[in-house]
Amino acid sequence: MEAPTQPLLRLRDLSTDIALRRGTVHALDKVNLEVRQGETLGVVGESGSGKTMTVLSVMGLLPSGGQVVGGEILFDGRDLRRLEAKELRRVRGVEMGMVFQDPLTSLNPTMRIGAQVAEPLRVHQGVSKAEARDRAIEILRRVGMPRPDKIVDDYPHQLSGGMRQRVVIAMALIRSPRLLIADEPTTALDVTTQRQILELIDDLREEFKMAVILVTHDLGVIAGRADRVAVMYAGRVVETGTTADLFRAPRHRYTEALMRALPESAAEGRLYSIPGLPPDLSRPLTGCRFAPRCQFATDECRTGDVLLTLDAAGNGHEFACLHPVAEPVAITASAPVAETAAKASEPLLTVRDLVKEYDAGGSGMRKTAGRVSAVAGVSFEVKAGETLGIVGESGCGKSTVGRVVAGLEPATAGQIIVDGQDIATLDRRARHHMHRQVQLMFQDSYAAMNPRMRIDSILTEPLEIQQVGDAAARRARVSELLDQVGLPRRALERYPHEFSGGQLQRIGLARSLALNPRLIVADEPVSALDVSVQAQVLNLMRDLQHELGLSYVFISHDLSVVDYMADRIGVMYLGKLVEVGPASQVVRAARHPYTQALLDAVPSPDPDRAPAPDTTIRGELPSALNPPTGCRFRTRCPLAQDICATEPPLQGGTHQVACHFPLRQEPAQETSAA
Amino acid sequence: MTTTPHEEEAPVRGMWRQGLEVFVENRLALVGVAIFVLLAGFSFLGPLLYHTDQVHTDLTKVYLTPGADGHPLGTDGVGYDQLGRLMLGGQTSIVVGLAAGLLATVVGTVWGAIAGFAGSWVDAVMMRVVDAMMSIPALFLFMLMASIVTPTVPMLIVIIGAFAWLGPARLVRGEALTLRTREYVMAMRGMGGAGGRAVRRHIIPNAIGTVIVNATFQVADAILYVAYLSFLGLGVPPPAANWGGMLSDGLSDTFSGHWWLLYPPGIAIILIVLAFNFIGDGLRDVFEVRLRRR
Repeated sequence: MEAPTQPLLRLRDLSTDIALRRGTVHALDKVNLEVRQGETLGVVGESGSGKTMTVLSVMGLLPSGGQVVGGEILFDGRDLRRLEAKELRRVRGVEMGMVFQDPLTSLNPTMRIGAQVAEPLRVHQGVSKAEARDRAIEILRRVGMPRPDKIVDDYPHQLSGGMRQRVVIAMALIRSPRLLIADEPTTALDVTTQRQILELIDDLREEFKMAVILVTHDLGVIAGRADRVAVMYAGRVVETGTTADLFRAPRHRYTEALMRALPESAAEGRLYSIPGLPPDLSRPLTGCRFAPRCQFATDECRTGDVLLTLDAAGNGHEFACLHPVAEPVAITASAPVAETAAKASEPLLTVRDLVKEYDAGGSGMRKTAGRVSAVAGVSFEVKAGETLGIVGESGCGKSTVGRVVAGLEPATAGQIIVDGQDIATLDRRARHHMHRQVQLMFQDSYAAMNPRMRIDSILTEPLEIQQVGDAAARRARVSELLDQVGLPRRALERYPHEFSGGQLQRIGLARSLALNPRLIVADEPVSALDVSVQAQVLNLMRDLQHELGLSYVFISHDLSVVDYMADRIGVMYLGKLVEVGPASQVVRAARHPYTQALLDAVPSPDPDRAPAPDTTIRGELPSALNPPTGCRFRTRCPLAQDICATEPPLQGGTHQVACHFPLRQEPAQETSAA
Repeated sequence: MTTTPHEEEAPVRGMWRQGLEVFVENRLALVGVAIFVLLAGFSFLGPLLYHTDQVHTDLTKVYLTPGADGHPLGTDGVGYDQLGRLMLGGQTSIVVGLAAGLLATVVGTVWGAIAGFAGSWVDAVMMRVVDAMMSIPALFLFMLMASIVTPTVPMLIVIIGAFAWLGPARLVRGEALTLRTREYVMAMRGMGGAGGRAVRRHIIPNAIGTVIVNATFQVADAILYVAYLSFLGLGVPPPAANWGGMLSDGLSDTFSGHWWLLYPPGIAIILIVLAFNFIGDGLRDVFEVRLRRR
């Protein structure tokens, strides 16, 4: 694409400080960026890298205590820091638009959609109410809202997450801004919805000739959408370049490490993980900020300031590294991981026709009819030492399966057999004992730990409940657990809030291991973590599995993570298991159309991979209150025919699918081999 | 796992220590503590240094102006030394306030926690009782009860405590309702733990912040209730004294220009109620992690 010469937005040595109760965090340190008209700039980085602070500085939305302390923000050649307040408000309000991460909290629940979308017009241009409404309908139609003339009069809670994000985008676009800033616009959404939203932003950028800044932690999202990418680390831009260059030949060691930590690039069954944690930005830092975690760092990196320098090749690729990567890094779809586990033939866990329903709405005397069918007849087995991955989008019932298996909720119908015993038939005592066999690991370990308990009490709690050993034995066990998850003993005297997300996840894992369970149900254990930390936790989970012979039920929405972790994968849709099979087969030769759509929607960190043909599923997830009869996916399935109104059974050998029109036949040799 | 410099240097600071730091940062809370300490010292230690006869009336020395005849704050209508009487009144007010506040908090917490936990019909019945009692004006009930029984200090504590627990009960019930759905309670159930443990180890420790903050306001309220009752003539009978009663007596003398009978007890009541409110605000900063600045 031929870009105009004059950048629309240019940040020159932008520095931002945030004053906290103790000390000041230097959130941004001399950030240089530019975006041209009609271009998408991707800004990637882990949490705390300053990517969000950069865009908030531009929009003047810094949190309390935050202040731009140096540098220039040149918008169309004018420095925003020097504009007077009224003009500044106009520039930010009319010429820039912003889309936030969480579409639920960025909409006012008490305002109608139409009024909210048109609010900027009423504020900045004094448009009449009737005209504002017409303009709102118009823009809602442009962002692909079905029935926009109806939706203008709805309230936010009546819309789904994806629809709400469209409303937020419409709100940002109604002033026809020249710059659209999207801060993690799809992080709160499911992959299939994410794909729709990213495509929408792409189309709108072309239509409106806008510049777009796409801020995200997800390398995959950037690779498919951005023209140029800026990688941030600890408040600085460490590398910028065109997307193709940067992904094909990253030069900075941090960028390289980040790419190698992706589950997609796992080689020999082990992820590369970046040791340590990002630096504390409230302290003075010298030299390259990545040096303490970099295996190529030399004394030179630690002492001198490392500035962004232009690549000799002259393609505008800049990086701040003294020992840049010379060899290209290949990100390929991961090689099938050698099937290591699944030795024992006896299943440790058998779930048969599991059904879980909840009463919907109404309580006490006004009992409204209706049951939410969260899980509808799910059956699977987990063998000792095996990992079963369960994938699906939000609302598919995967977490409910996990909670029921872990004994937190009773099943409405069906059997759960742990180690040969049906847990429904157990008496109280035996059920109490059963908890030793099956333990749960949570997504947000911070929420799952009592904030008023120290780590030692948190780790001894399962032992106390199950009355294992005396005080001394428990202390010894806790120390052993800490060693196993690689945390120092000092951690025992601390409280949960003193730890980072990755450390908390280790503590959570340690607690799950305390009772020597044979099965751990891990519900989205890494989805709140950054890529580099995610790699550490995933590696740890695999190491411990080998060491202790554990089985995992690994629940996640992220196919690449599940592909890396699991021996077998089950795909759930609206309370049903639609496909089960060996991980490599499900991911590389999906048989159910839903699985295929899910796979195609996952953004790939390989910019060369052509966008998949239009297999995207349209529309919204049907309500579980009144699910479609027969195959539950038929309302959105491109292949659906009349027969789909009858329920397809889950059938096949090792790679089973519940579909009348499977995309592929099961490979013959696999069935015989099994 | 490599440790970062940040982790090594940060001292291990206990929850209480951190809380104290936050509390100390709230200047008004410190002022509150100072006022309370001063008033308590004045009431309880004062009589040891400044001896007065607060039992026998002395009709030869009524309405002496401040400073006259060795009475720094003058005397009242029956010849009691006003400064000494303030000390005596302070004892009653502070004791009744603290005890009634505590009683209300304990009863309310237990009631609310049980209701919030048990849920369903138990909750419904228990909370309707609270609603019913709340719908009756408290002052009316106080007057009724105080006119049936002779007010003594323990009786005042019970009367005030018996009606002030409604607020904390509602508050704690709400807290228990949200706490029982927390993930750490779920995690505990996943380990095989039962309800009793959830209450003891998880719910109460996490609700205690709200309870303590509320307790300070309860004390302030109780002190005011004592004042109301005494003001209406339903307080402890003479020769015992309390600030509310003294204020009431002083008010009837306003037009005689006996200002020293009116202002000192009035100011004392304002100060102690204010002090407890400040302390409560400071404690709220400590316990409300959401409001706490990083």
